[in-house]
Amino acid sequence: MAKIKGAVTVNKERCKGCNLCVVACPTDTLSLQPLEVNDRGYHFAYMSNPDACIGCCSCALVCPDACIEVYRVKLD
Amino acid sequence: MELQDIIRPENKVYAAPELLDQVHMHYCPGCSHGVIHKLVAEVIAELGITERAVGVSPVGCAVFAYNYIDCDWIEAAHGRAPAVATAASRLWPENVVFTYQGDGDMSAIGTAETIHAANRGENIVMIFVNNAIYGMTGGQMAPTTLLGQKTATSPYGRRVDLNGYPLEITNLLKELDGTCYVTRQSVHTPANVRKTKAALKKAFQNAMEKKGTSVVEVVSTCNSGWKMSPEKANEWMAQHMFEKYPLGDLKLS
Repeated sequence: MAKIKGAVTVNKERCKGCNLCVVACPTDTLSLQPLEVNDRGYHFAYMSNPDACIGCCSCALVCPDACIEVYRVKLD
Repeated sequence: MELQDIIRPENKVYAAPELLDQVHMHYCPGCSHGVIHKLVAEVIAELGITERAVGVSPVGCAVFAYNYIDCDWIEAAHGRAPAVATAASRLWPENVVFTYQGDGDMSAIGTAETIHAANRGENIVMIFVNNAIYGMTGGQMAPTTLLGQKTATSPYGRRVDLNGYPLEITNLLKELDGTCYVTRQSVHTPANVRKTKAALKKAFQNAMEKKGTSVVEVVSTCNSGWKMSPEKANEWMAQHMFEKYPLGDLKLS
């Protein structure tokens, strides 16, 4: 069976740290930065567990600020 | 496989819609408006009506929608978006006109315009964002506020004897002969976001085919007004709002 591997990029200046992508992620890939903040003072989202990402787009769909881009590859 | 091998343009499966301007949105973190803006921008681009789409923005939190979605917009006086949309769609019949209104604009000050535009069967799409509170002015009670819900002007909860019952304006619009498609959706989970996008697409197609008025209500959260975190607001909405405002198609024709 082909394995799917995904990755996301977060536009960290646009992110407002609402945490909705972290809740929507089925594989616990995303977290909010615990210490770092962006220019507006928000704890932005990042891939804390990149190996788990399956590129399902759940995070990007629920993101209110459209700051997530999703990439996906099929491994044979 | 390393991350930089995955993050390549040919592997991209989801990106922000091109019609959504890359400016900072003024909405609070976790606001449902952002998701709905994104869906509207995606649907307009996918239907190829970028040059023909005319939005009418309301007064309320979504007043700056014209800064975020890159199509033509008209800013209407408070509650008068359906009246302005009527003019725009009658004078330029080739255009696809939609209104984007909150519950204060559509079901409080603009009730008359909403009902009459739908009753005349104007070829417009009405997008109704129902978050059961007046978000922009600081969380006061709206006509759609649930019984018992605490707001700035109902600090002990909404009471029937004092404030009356919540207004389900979408159910009223369903009864009118002018509407061709009335639906109620939400955007709190990925599956619901996909359903809402399909509903918006159908509504815009109805407007393109001149079938009559389409109403898409999106039951939304106002986490600032409700005094909750975004994820708690989504949970609260699923627990309480859907009881009064059940999701699904109310009218299909």
